[in-house]
Amino acid sequence: MIAFPWITVLTAMPVVGAVVLLAVGGQNRNFARWTALAFSFAALVMTLILWSHFGPASGSLQFQERHIWISALGAEYRVAIDGLGLLMLLLTSIVVPIAIIASWKIQERVALYYSLVLILQACLFGTFTALNFFHWFIFWELSLVPAFFLIKLWGGPRRTSAATQFLVYTMVGSIALLLTFLAIFLATDKFDFIDLAAMAHNGQLMPAVIAKMAWHRFTPAHLALLLLAGPFLGFAVKVPLFPFHTWLPSAYCEAPTGTTILLTGAMSKMGIYGILRILLPIFGAQMQIVLTPLLWLAVATVVFSAYAALAQKDLKSIFAYSSINHLGYCFLGIVAVLKFTGEDAALNAEKYAALNGVLLQMFNHGLTAATLFWFVAMLEKRSGGLRGLDDFGGLRKVAPVFTGLMGIALFSLLGLPGLNGFIGEFLIFKGSFPLVTWATSLAVIGLLITAIFVLGIVQRVFSGPLNLRWTNMPDLTVGERIALAPTICLMFALGLYPQLVLGFVNSTVIQIVQQLTY
Amino acid sequence: MLAWTIYISFLGAVALLLLPKGSVVSSRILALLTAAVGFGITLTCFMQHRTGEMLTITRVPWVPTLGIEYRLAADGISLTLALLTGIIAITGILFSWDIADRAGEFFALYLLLIGAVYGVFLSYDLFLLFVFYEIVIIPKYFLIAIWGSTRREYGAMKLVLYSFVGSAMVLIGLVAAYVVAGAKTTSLSELAQFPFSLHFQMLAFPLVFVGFAILAGLWPLHTWAPTGHVAAPTAASMLLAGVVMKLGAYGCLRVAMTLFPLGLAPWGFRVLDIGSWRDVFALLAVIGIVYGALVALVQKDFKFVIGYSSVSHMGFVLLGLMTLNQIGISGAVLQMFSHGILAGLLFAVVGRMVYARTHTRDLAALGAMNLNKAIPFAAITFVIAGMASMGLPGFSGFVAELMVLLGVWRAYPLLAVCVGFGLIVGVVYIWRALQMAFFADTSVESTPSQPPLPPITLPERIGAMILIGASVLVGLYPQALLNVIVPALNSPLFEGLRKGSRQ
Repeated sequence: MIAFPWITVLTAMPVVGAVVLLAVGGQNRNFARWTALAFSFAALVMTLILWSHFGPASGSLQFQERHIWISALGAEYRVAIDGLGLLMLLLTSIVVPIAIIASWKIQERVALYYSLVLILQACLFGTFTALNFFHWFIFWELSLVPAFFLIKLWGGPRRTSAATQFLVYTMVGSIALLLTFLAIFLATDKFDFIDLAAMAHNGQLMPAVIAKMAWHRFTPAHLALLLLAGPFLGFAVKVPLFPFHTWLPSAYCEAPTGTTILLTGAMSKMGIYGILRILLPIFGAQMQIVLTPLLWLAVATVVFSAYAALAQKDLKSIFAYSSINHLGYCFLGIVAVLKFTGEDAALNAEKYAALNGVLLQMFNHGLTAATLFWFVAMLEKRSGGLRGLDDFGGLRKVAPVFTGLMGIALFSLLGLPGLNGFIGEFLIFKGSFPLVTWATSLAVIGLLITAIFVLGIVQRVFSGPLNLRWTNMPDLTVGERIALAPTICLMFALGLYPQLVLGFVNSTVIQIVQQLTY
Repeated sequence: MLAWTIYISFLGAVALLLLPKGSVVSSRILALLTAAVGFGITLTCFMQHRTGEMLTITRVPWVPTLGIEYRLAADGISLTLALLTGIIAITGILFSWDIADRAGEFFALYLLLIGAVYGVFLSYDLFLLFVFYEIVIIPKYFLIAIWGSTRREYGAMKLVLYSFVGSAMVLIGLVAAYVVAGAKTTSLSELAQFPFSLHFQMLAFPLVFVGFAILAGLWPLHTWAPTGHVAAPTAASMLLAGVVMKLGAYGCLRVAMTLFPLGLAPWGFRVLDIGSWRDVFALLAVIGIVYGALVALVQKDFKFVIGYSSVSHMGFVLLGLMTLNQIGISGAVLQMFSHGILAGLLFAVVGRMVYARTHTRDLAALGAMNLNKAIPFAAITFVIAGMASMGLPGFSGFVAELMVLLGVWRAYPLLAVCVGFGLIVGVVYIWRALQMAFFADTSVESTPSQPPLPPITLPERIGAMILIGASVLVGLYPQALLNVIVPALNSPLFEGLRKGSRQ
């Protein structure tokens, strides 16, 4: 059991699928679609097996594989998962089949499309399991290429500028990230995240790096902040945080909806994952110094993006901005955990709550946003590409099942108790409030605005007088209902029994928080 | 056995000239066979050569009165570059499969060039090295002037003039060293052990280094490279960018830096914060990286984009050499290999796959042809080559540039930031060329009157696969090359350099 390289096989499987598609799937579209779906389901089954064999009690790394790779560069092949990694694997393998089904109507170069989707899945798996900077960075960077071409080749009218903007923004962030890690490697000869985190915990890391960088005009404190800036920029672009977010709305809107599902459901979690796995353990002490500006960033992200969503007329645009908003809550929760270092049982309990909320929110947002974009795809299929807020009206009369199910997803976005969106946000706010009171209070504005625009969608699209153009709009077919059922059930299941996720992430959360004491 | 790479290439060239006129197919096959045998020999020797130490292959007295020997030897660095030569030789022939005009002569000159390049990489005697180095220039000129395109006479002449100026500088420096050392020997190791005075080294080092670095595309003496690459036929641009530029960098490392390590030491005074030849050349290399990338960004001609990208990438090699630390120099050698493979691939796509079919290299004109649908294989190959060239991890360029960057962080932290900027521009120019040439938005569907382009042939596919495979292999397992490069750098030959760097 232990000897079997589960994670490597899991990462390799989508690549095999992509190669199969490229090699034989050129002509037959349906063959390509079903092959892609089969491979994504195989990946889902494998992650479920991993989940069932995962020992939730220990926060330590499991299913570890470790091999020497390039000794001159300190590069090891080291993959393993803890609760956080497993959560991300599960999310990815749930979102990818949704994306594949939602892209069913694509007619042009189907085999290439699906092989890019599968390659992107492999890159995500790799990013979420790699523990050595060297090959983590390989997956992190390579994931850009399939995403770029998915937008560029199958996107909407302004796809070229959207794809280019996406690529350049992320690339600049990645290079900044790379430079900092080179500086760290020079001082420590280490690329291993776990080792570096241990060094940071002991307070050895930064003095060692700064001693190597004798730049006369900078004080050590400034140098440490400069080092933090690199990876922070890399992750802030990816999340995205407020001033670095402008690539996201155009990328999400121009991408074909199936790709948007992948981008928002799985890929947008790479940023938060990076902050949790890399920034927090390795640069926690430096982040504490700039805690107040970071809180402002979190609040600005939450409030401005919600406000921007309110002003949009296009459903995809609304959900794109709301995506930024929801990941802003995650960032708020993470920053809150950095307040007050030390061993205080009461404060630690709040921190555990906040961080558990962050992890739950990552999963929930992935699930909810993917489902919502899926509904948009189905709406577009029926309306011939229209997806404006004012193009519809009164749809509940012609499509009651559609209305009901999309309503559930919308209310999950809004954070209605009983649905999955609630519990994550609740835990983040509950944990953050005692730690960073003013920032949390300001962030509540984001919740209010979200409620307003979600209700606005319900009103203008589904209720009100029926727009006569759509009197013949078909309701959901049986096939669509069956495909949607598992995700809707999962929303209820997580809303009513969040322990499903919390059960296996809690020990990881405790470990992350305990590493933050200096 | 390794010496036979040289002889076989020369023999192949002679045999090709003896073939009856008009036997195009047999000359192609003969050339391919010759290149394949050469590569096979190199690969076998590479596999057997576990340690990376310098091993003498052949040693015969040549002109005993002057101390000149015919002496060939190989260490990890020369083997790595010989391997590169073998790969480029084979793929270059595969990508010239369509040449029908005087094919026998074309392939004969090509093999002559290959043989001489092997000779430079394997020479251990400075006189011999110089002889091979000069032989390289002749076929280069004819390949461009006869089979080239756009302003071929100008490009060929410029290339030859720059090469001869460089050779003259090298020759003066080497003769001076020979005389100062007592005119007894031209052996590299014996000259390297001779204690030249600091003053002499300070003068001789820049002379020989610049002489070689001209061929490596050192800014501002790089201008031959873009015009020469553009004018040359595909196989010749592959060889020029892939291998010939490496001759210059190899000469810098093997000759200039080992003979005159003290030339890198501080002058004792500083002007504008520059205090040694090492600082000067590191600065020029960084300017080359950034300048080459910026100029590539504004080109309208597809081939010029690749031509200037070569200047930028060779800047990494020179910068890596100037770091004087083990990781930087081994990164530079790895970058020589990596850039050889990738430049070959990029020129193959642009020159053979695209230009030979569309007869235009204007990016705007190519954009209107909807090439990603017309020749998808070329588009995919260029995407992969572009990803590798911009230094995406998983390909050889990433490891090499990463190692150079690590070396630079150690030696010149501020320059590392400038290089980071160059890297960003590198991403942008490749992506710009990619979008304009293959994925431009055609508002109207491409004109129906346009005849369909001929499909990509089998030799082209095989050639592209070989080059991509080599880049991925080195990208994922650089240890295969580093295992011989690093011991070579630790050998006694580079002792002076190691001592010098500690000063």
